[in-house]
Amino acid sequence: MSVDSGTGTGQRHQPLPIVPLRHWGRWLSAAAIVVFVLAVLFVLGHADIAYHDVPTFFLFPVMLEGLWHTVVLAVVAQAAGIAIGLAVAIMRRSANPVASVSAAVYIWVFRGVPVLLQLLIWYNLALAFKVIGIPGLFSVSTNTVMSPFVAGLLGLGLNESAYMAEIIRAGFNSIDKGQIEAAHAIGMTPARTLRRIILPQAMRVIIPPTGNDFINMLKETSLVSVISYVELIQAANNIASHNLEVMETLLAAAIWYMLLVTIASIGQHYLERAVAGGTKEAGRAQPLQAARKALATMPFAGR
Amino acid sequence: MRIVDVHKRFGGREVLRGIDMTVRRGEVVCLLGPSGGGKSTLLRCINHLERIDRGEIWVDGQPIGYRLRGGALHELHEREVAAQRRIIGMVFQRFNLFAHRTALENILEGPVNVLGIPRAAAMERGRQFLARVGLADWANNYPAELSGGQQQRVAIARALAMEPKLILFDEPTSALDPELVGEVLDVMRALAKEGMTMIVVTHEVGFAREVGDHAVFMFDGRIAEAGSPEQVFGNPRHDRTRQFLAKVL
Ligand SMILES: Nc1ncnc2c1ncn2[C@@H]1O[C@H](COP(=O)(O)OP(=O)(O)O)[C@@H](O)[C@H]1O
Ligand SMILES: [Mg+2]
Repeated sequence: MSVDSGTGTGQRHQPLPIVPLRHWGRWLSAAAIVVFVLAVLFVLGHADIAYHDVPTFFLFPVMLEGLWHTVVLAVVAQAAGIAIGLAVAIMRRSANPVASVSAAVYIWVFRGVPVLLQLLIWYNLALAFKVIGIPGLFSVSTNTVMSPFVAGLLGLGLNESAYMAEIIRAGFNSIDKGQIEAAHAIGMTPARTLRRIILPQAMRVIIPPTGNDFINMLKETSLVSVISYVELIQAANNIASHNLEVMETLLAAAIWYMLLVTIASIGQHYLERAVAGGTKEAGRAQPLQAARKALATMPFAGR
Repeated sequence: MRIVDVHKRFGGREVLRGIDMTVRRGEVVCLLGPSGGGKSTLLRCINHLERIDRGEIWVDGQPIGYRLRGGALHELHEREVAAQRRIIGMVFQRFNLFAHRTALENILEGPVNVLGIPRAAAMERGRQFLARVGLADWANNYPAELSGGQQQRVAIARALAMEPKLILFDEPTSALDPELVGEVLDVMRALAKEGMTMIVVTHEVGFAREVGDHAVFMFDGRIAEAGSPEQVFGNPRHDRTRQFLAKVL
């Protein structure tokens, strides 16, 4: 083998010009998509919907109340789901077989029964138990305690906790056992190892699916409308029952959902970056940079 | 450190079958032997990462994993075992650095969170330990940004930062590219000179000859041969030792 500096022949000094690949296929598919979107917009524009009424409904006091209820229920139920899910995940990997089996059964039950059914059971609990409490300590009438909010919180939160337990368990399992042994070897207790070594790293695995779950939760709160909790959909229905503008009020609610989901997605993105210390993710491009990079590979870009 | 008649089984298989060994302060003992002979298991038993089935392990006058009371050994709680482990450092074949912490933070983890040393003081000491393993300029790099040799040196500094009485090394250079082995052995050599008590599982016969006070051969969960490095390497009595050395050298 021989090596010589410069070009292959050792004769030319001018570098050869490079002709970039032109992505004709991308142009064709992009054009097809644009045509399709324009067609959809045309159809929607000629639908029998009073679009100019939508902004009014969007900011109706009832709608804002529904929005507030949706956000509160979603946040509290998700928080409860994370807290309980963490406890269940820790039980699941316990050396105590009673703890790990009961955690597995818990997940099996609360993930297995449809959320809507769980909501109905909690809301109708008074049919089975007139009072709830601890004998000798306190007791209350089930009907007073089991408001739509409490029933919604129990139904959504407990169902979510079963999913969170699995997400957190997967996060724990993603940590290599060597690091756990190294933590033990420098005298860390199991609890401190969990807090300082396992959890911070498991966060990277836990946060993306948790963000997904929270986005789902924002929308799942709509199920609570069946037990007469005034969230966004119930609010839209209440308005529509007065003026019969069903599509318009639903559209206003839809825009609120989209806004909530957008905000949650942005929050998720920054949360993911915050826990990315020590990984390649930490140096990953911001969305704007990433978009610029992707565009640079489009035909004729950068010329 | 004293090990008396240690047995360990995994399932039905006995991996350690009666190990006796004494290591005095400041000594360096090199453990050699074919893979699967129980060397790693022995080290893991010494700091109670594995529980032994029979026998006793005493480090610095303490029965590891137990408390001596009323003429009996009472098993300790995980928390208490963790406290005992502070005096025993361990360096792993695969480094096992905390991936979410920088080199310096890896070293601080023990002193700050286990020993409760104030962060500022620990930081100062931590930098000294990093300098000692030749990595003063790498304090703020994450493990993923370090070479294998550098990672292993951080791992050694992390063990040193606990000021242990004994350090266990489990094949510290086996996962390294050949050109990086030297830098890690240099650090270990310096430690031995300073009088650190060390038990080193290694296949580096040259290192064992030069630095070791004793060489111990393990086969099938037993100590086949032990003695000074000159004697064990120069004039092995056991056939299995001879066969093993022929392969390694
Ligand atoms: N956690 C474990 N469970 C079951 N068997 C194990 C475990 N750890 C080690 N062993 C077995 O114990 C034997 C000794 O292993 P080890 O101590 O790693 O040997 P060495 O370090 O000398 O190569 C091997 O046969 C290995 O398969
Ligand atoms: Mg081994």
